[in-house]
Amino acid sequence: MNKKIRISKKVEEMRPSGIREFFDLVIGMRDVISLGVGEPDFVTPWNICESVMFSLEKGYTSYTSNKGLYELRLALSRHIKGKFSVGYDPDDDILITTGVSEAIDLALRSIVNKGDKVLIPSPSYVAYEPVAFLAGAVPVIVRTDGSNNFKLTPDLIKKNLTSGAKAIVINYPCNPTGSTYTKKELLELSRVFIDNNLIVISDEAYDELTYDFNHTPIASLPGMRRRTVYLNGFSKAYAMTGWRIGYACGPKEIIAGMTKIHQYTMLCAPIMGQMGAIEALKGSGRSVIEMRREYMRRREFVVDKLNEMGLECHRPDGAFYAFPSIRSTGMDCRDFAKDLLKKEKVALVPGTAFGMEWKDRVRISYASSLENLKEAMERIGHFLKAVN
Amino acid sequence: MNEILDMLEKDARITPEEISKVLKKDVNSVKKAIKKFEKEGVIVKYKAVINREMVKDEAKKVQALIEVRVAPERGAGFDHIAERIYRFPEVISCYLLSGTYDLLLVVEGGDIQSVSSFISERLATIDNVRSTVTHFILKRYKADGDILKLMEKNNRIAISL
Repeated sequence: MNKKIRISKKVEEMRPSGIREFFDLVIGMRDVISLGVGEPDFVTPWNICESVMFSLEKGYTSYTSNKGLYELRLALSRHIKGKFSVGYDPDDDILITTGVSEAIDLALRSIVNKGDKVLIPSPSYVAYEPVAFLAGAVPVIVRTDGSNNFKLTPDLIKKNLTSGAKAIVINYPCNPTGSTYTKKELLELSRVFIDNNLIVISDEAYDELTYDFNHTPIASLPGMRRRTVYLNGFSKAYAMTGWRIGYACGPKEIIAGMTKIHQYTMLCAPIMGQMGAIEALKGSGRSVIEMRREYMRRREFVVDKLNEMGLECHRPDGAFYAFPSIRSTGMDCRDFAKDLLKKEKVALVPGTAFGMEWKDRVRISYASSLENLKEAMERIGHFLKAVN
Repeated sequence: MNEILDMLEKDARITPEEISKVLKKDVNSVKKAIKKFEKEGVIVKYKAVINREMVKDEAKKVQALIEVRVAPERGAGFDHIAERIYRFPEVISCYLLSGTYDLLLVVEGGDIQSVSSFISERLATIDNVRSTVTHFILKRYKADGDILKLMEKNNRIAISL
């Protein structure tokens, strides 16, 4: 009796990422310059690594409290208060998670009931839609406009709110577009959020990588703290992706709900990562500034080059991504990515990874050395000449 | 303006255009500032950082750290005697220190003998030099802020979202 094993219907229904085959192709190739990487190319600053070695020697290898080490929550509470003047009680309003990824899942699961609508902008980070779907929500995709640098606007949100919604996920600076919002733009958005009683799940993981103005957490705006789950982590600002430490701050009801799920599914975030995070908050300001400067230098180079080559691209205000249009080539993004990889050995991510409608876009990560970027841009130029 | 220096110190090949974009300053004012730094000797020169141990087929050079005790001179302190010493091209670096000795030199030569003879014939024979202690350098791990070995290549996966 060989009965077929059936997995959950819901998981079966989840849309597979349509670019799996492309990823497999990349992994099998050698000498590829990758502009497809969603993490910093710097290694974690040494003071952080060294302090964790010390904590390991001291025997800090146990579980922590479900919410995370109190010392870390306290440090975060002070850090956020000092920087953005938003108060979060380390006892009730902060949860340390295994990366922001876990926090997104916990937030959605804590907030939505089956059938609740959740607005998700497009293009956006790959996880929001499937995770909302798994939580039982009905994702409502809000398509943004390239000519407006892929930003949400009050009108756009209102248009998609006709049948109501419980929550919205926002992400700025944005992966994959690098776009972010000024305080004024956020104020306008916040009015719509408040008027429509939306809970805002705000993924601000790239906040330290904002280049042209200061980052404003939406929770710092009038009336927003009580309806915002503020998500952030250590991965991008401190080059700590592999440590898997993120955090969620918000109204204590939501944080308590998230902690409930977290205690059964994760128990706690790894203590080594939490130790590293404490050190990161203590003394890594200089490293953050130096990394930010280097990213800015690369941004200028990459964006200028792309536009020169006819791949029209706005100047992203943050993160380390450019999301240029490949319309001038007449190619579909997947063919473009595949051909570029085969012919010139440059890897990037097809736009459709971030929303099915972005067939004429690709994501280019400039978290790579300037030498690599120069070589990659030359190869792309060569590729484009052959195409046109 | 120190931000410009910070950036040049990290990478001397960065262009004024790049600096101006990152620091959001006018290109011409960046150029002017750099010119001024050069003229005033704030920027001494631009050079490459080389790990000599990695250079193939080259006669190896030997370096030594030398602690020097000297008698200061009336009116000139240590400056005059220091200059007597650092003008020798064999002296790569020269520092005045607090503590049990006065000058710390880095001296370079083709081999141990040539460094030794420089010390015994040129350095120790200077009137104000009272004593020297020589430490030959066995290996340089890091110099002037730069780690001198190739760091392991970053092993990030090629595509991550």
